[in-house]
Amino acid sequence: MALPKRIIKETERLVADPAPGITAAPHDDNLRYFDVTIQGPDGSPFQQGIFKLELFLPEEYPMAPPKVRFLTKIYHPNIDKLGRICLDILKDKWSPALQIRTVLLSIQALLSAPNPDDPLAPDVAKHYKENEKDAQRVSPRVDAAVRVRMRPSGADDRSEFSLHLFIETRHLVC
Amino acid sequence: MSSDNEYSDEDVDNVFDDEDMEMQDEDSDGDDGMEMDDFKVPAKTTRKAYELESDSLTQSAVEELMEQDVEHIRGIFGVDASTAGLLLRHMSWNKERLIEKYMDNANKMLIAAGVVVPESEPQRPSRRPVRKPKSPTKDTTFVCPICFDDAADLTPLALDCGHAACSGCWSAYISSKIRDEAEHACRCMAEGCAIVAPDAFVRDQVDEETYERFEGLLVRHFVSCAPQLKFCPYPACTNTVSCPSAASKTLLTTLVPIVSCGARGIASTSGSMTQSQELVKQVTGKEHKFCFGCTIDTDHRPVVCGVALLWLKKCRDDSETANWIKSNTKECPKCMSTIEKNGGCNHMTCKKCKHEFCWVCMGPWSEHGTAWYSCNRFDEKGGVEARDSQSKSRASLERYLHYYNRWANHEQSAKLALDLFAKTEKKMEEMQITSTLTWIEVQFMKKAVEELDRCRMTLKWTYAMAYYLAKSNQKDLFEDNQRDLERAVEDLAELLESPIEPENIPTLRQKVTDKTVYVQKRNEIVLEDTADGFLEGRWTWNVAVEGFDSPEDAAS
Repeated sequence: MALPKRIIKETERLVADPAPGITAAPHDDNLRYFDVTIQGPDGSPFQQGIFKLELFLPEEYPMAPPKVRFLTKIYHPNIDKLGRICLDILKDKWSPALQIRTVLLSIQALLSAPNPDDPLAPDVAKHYKENEKDAQRVSPRVDAAVRVRMRPSGADDRSEFSLHLFIETRHLVC
Repeated sequence: MSSDNEYSDEDVDNVFDDEDMEMQDEDSDGDDGMEMDDFKVPAKTTRKAYELESDSLTQSAVEELMEQDVEHIRGIFGVDASTAGLLLRHMSWNKERLIEKYMDNANKMLIAAGVVVPESEPQRPSRRPVRKPKSPTKDTTFVCPICFDDAADLTPLALDCGHAACSGCWSAYISSKIRDEAEHACRCMAEGCAIVAPDAFVRDQVDEETYERFEGLLVRHFVSCAPQLKFCPYPACTNTVSCPSAASKTLLTTLVPIVSCGARGIASTSGSMTQSQELVKQVTGKEHKFCFGCTIDTDHRPVVCGVALLWLKKCRDDSETANWIKSNTKECPKCMSTIEKNGGCNHMTCKKCKHEFCWVCMGPWSEHGTAWYSCNRFDEKGGVEARDSQSKSRASLERYLHYYNRWANHEQSAKLALDLFAKTEKKMEEMQITSTLTWIEVQFMKKAVEELDRCRMTLKWTYAMAYYLAKSNQKDLFEDNQRDLERAVEDLAELLESPIEPENIPTLRQKVTDKTVYVQKRNEIVLEDTADGFLEGRWTWNVAVEGFDSPEDAAS
């Protein structure tokens, strides 16, 4: 089946005008399948982490929500071991007016504002509820994100700092 | 105001009691010209203690009920029918609460039900920001925000909120909501917009089949909201049963609300059957009987829902396997492997860990020397207790198997009833050929088979009941009745299986007819006595059953 106009346009915009801290690129052999990276928002325990995700647009898209999953291990109450995400707009609150971009921005926002009252990973949620500080301290040690450390003078643009960046790879702890 | 007053006189009286009145009203004035008469099951004149008054309604009858509610609300609020419908659906068809809340704050109610657009309210920041509607202006071409199409011939469509999209997207959206999500409230496509598409809008957007599905969803929603209504669980059946006397869950300890939607057989949805074949199936198929109070889709009289469910659960889970293991095996004291002793002496050597022990006292063999039989002196009390508990669990297993085997036997027989039906039909034909009996005169065979099937169903469940009944005189009486019914049923079954010889047909006919009447009588006695017992609170259980007093002497 030919790719709907909507997906073509969305893809064009995603590539031409990416949202800050987010990249999304379709696979060459399947234009409904996207490789996504989200940078952990500043001020969150995930800051400077780069998280990989996969995103798939089902046949029914945009009437049905895209399927999104974290590929990088992450210590977050609303994301489970398999990377599945508990987010209302990916389920019953989905609206066809939402787009790939808005979904990814919502996921980024979820990283800043975990919701331990509606958990997908109960043990992490419990940790968050009992001792949020400690949970946040643990988070960067447990997740497997690649972390970038910018030089103090580092520019915002990712392609630029890739020249001087210092990559630290975290290994799985558990 | 004047229009409100007009209604208030008669309607306000009705407001609080019409939920119950609705059904009764219909019974009393069912013949006042409404087109509902053809689907009514005529009310039974004599009702037995184990039977309940119930009504079967077709989908269109339920739609009429919905319309009455809508009409009622429309009259009170002075809104149009579509709005009244949306309000009622939003409040799960609870008219009292709707009226109360609507009188309290009509606008809030209308917003919540998705009828009107909320004016921008700064005091509610929790809502997701609604994006500004891209209203199509005449100068620029309309670009559908959903499919990004900008063809010149696109017709922008929007609900009251003004969030426009092309008609193609609307119909794809509403169809997918109805067909894939079984959702009857189709909200606006814009993010966070709560406006619900009115029925007329839905009808315009989808094809006929989808709209029928939509209407079906509305009926299902209405039925699920009304405690006195239940959808027939038989496949492809669209009837609803109304049974006001079983609407309350607390009554389920005193009665078994078995109802029937009046239909028979399973309607085939595919066109593979010819009409006459279908007719045959409709007539010969089983009546759609189900329990109004629980999820068991068959007639589980005489036993009440709580006990029936308990029994089914017991049969399903493998607790009995565990029980068997417990009564027939012991564990190796060292590696805890399960061992079944099937012969040999008591000097055991575990196959797995090679541990040597005594089967009687489970102590290590090394302490026994050569005199194993003196092992009783070790921990004598413990040994007695262990043997005691083992024999107890063995007895309980035997008890369970006694009831289960009989229960399963009747279930198996009921499954074979279909074969019996076919066999009987053949016999009936045979009889017509070999004797002078006419078609109508050989119907006694079929009647007997039907009765047999019904009684087996009752018998089956009496075993579930007997398993849980506490030992008492009442239980003895119950088991006497059960025995009488069972004996009669087996006699009848034997008669039906007996070969037909032309010269014996008249006597056989007499015998079968007599036996059928007798069996029917016995079945009624069992059902009636049990039902009376529930009403009088005569039955006591040997386990805790929800809604009943807990058994004090469960141990005995």
